[in-house]
Amino acid sequence: MTPEMIITVIKGFTMAIGGIAPAIGIGIIGFKAMDAIGRNPEAAGKLFVPMLLGMAFAEAIAIYSLVIAFTL
Amino acid sequence: MIIPPAAAEPIFEIGGIAITNALVNGWIAVAFFAILALALGRMQMIPRGFQNFMEVIVDFLLKEIQKVTGDEKRARAFFPIVAGIFLFLLFSNWLGQLPGTGTIGVYGVHHGEVALLPLLRPAASDLNLTIAMAAFAVLASHLFGLRALGFVSHVSKFINIRGIFQAFKKGPIAVLVAIVEFGIGLIELVGEVAKVMSLSLRLFGNIFAGEVLITVMLGLFSFIVPIPFMLLELLVGAVQATVFAMLTLAYLTVATDEHGHEEEHADDHASEHATEPAH
Repeated sequence: MTPEMIITVIKGFTMAIGGIAPAIGIGIIGFKAMDAIGRNPEAAGKLFVPMLLGMAFAEAIAIYSLVIAFTL
Repeated sequence: MIIPPAAAEPIFEIGGIAITNALVNGWIAVAFFAILALALGRMQMIPRGFQNFMEVIVDFLLKEIQKVTGDEKRARAFFPIVAGIFLFLLFSNWLGQLPGTGTIGVYGVHHGEVALLPLLRPAASDLNLTIAMAAFAVLASHLFGLRALGFVSHVSKFINIRGIFQAFKKGPIAVLVAIVEFGIGLIELVGEVAKVMSLSLRLFGNIFAGEVLITVMLGLFSFIVPIPFMLLELLVGAVQATVFAMLTLAYLTVATDEHGHEEEHADDHASEHATEPAH
């Protein structure tokens, strides 16, 4: 195993493992938003911006591991 | 297909300081706002045309900021920083999608290899800019807190010796609680550093990853395929500008709050107030 191979494999693992939790988090946020819209369709406009905000924060964690993957 | 490097490439030098392509984009954004300000000229009491349009934007942002801070005095004090961050980031992120950004360049030597040095690159795809803005935002929140609460109150949020002295009057259990709160205050200091890191890396990661994505898509097939991704980048640019500005506003608001235990509510405030329908 040459160092380049190891670095490539580590890059892949960093992104793969680092993306699991944010993906689940974003899914839960979307799921709950769908739930709330289903119960109260008029609230859809009010829900949209906080949902987007929450998803941006959850996605930031995946971005941290993406930065590591790029700079390795 | 060459993936853009994480560090922005220097394209020329002024007096020994290397000027990078992301810095050039930042200057273009600053020049744009300077030209806008000059184009406003003398303000009329009854706004017409261009001034009216600018007042719509300013009024909208001021109302949104007021929903988070609650009182108008603080909204007006925070407005220049928060709205400035938001508008600058919005314009410079969208400027990064201009055709030619990242593609038109010269071949030169970069880190020992021959590579394409693009003449333009989104300003926020340079970690220097995002760290500078994040450090500025957190430092501003501390300075506003010092000015609003006074030196002792503000420092007591982090190094809570005053709480220990006050607890001696109340009894032994209160002293134990005060010692635990002292430890919590020290951890808050680490949290401040984490704020700078998270603010800067979130913005940098999103915009830089967008650059890499568009470059890879253009490498696959130059014509219709990159369009949905460029539209996605427009959305991402707007969302990241909003998130950065809203977090800065939340930090400023929490730092100037008298009662220190409102921290958990500030983030919820910021997101829930963002949804109230415009009156």
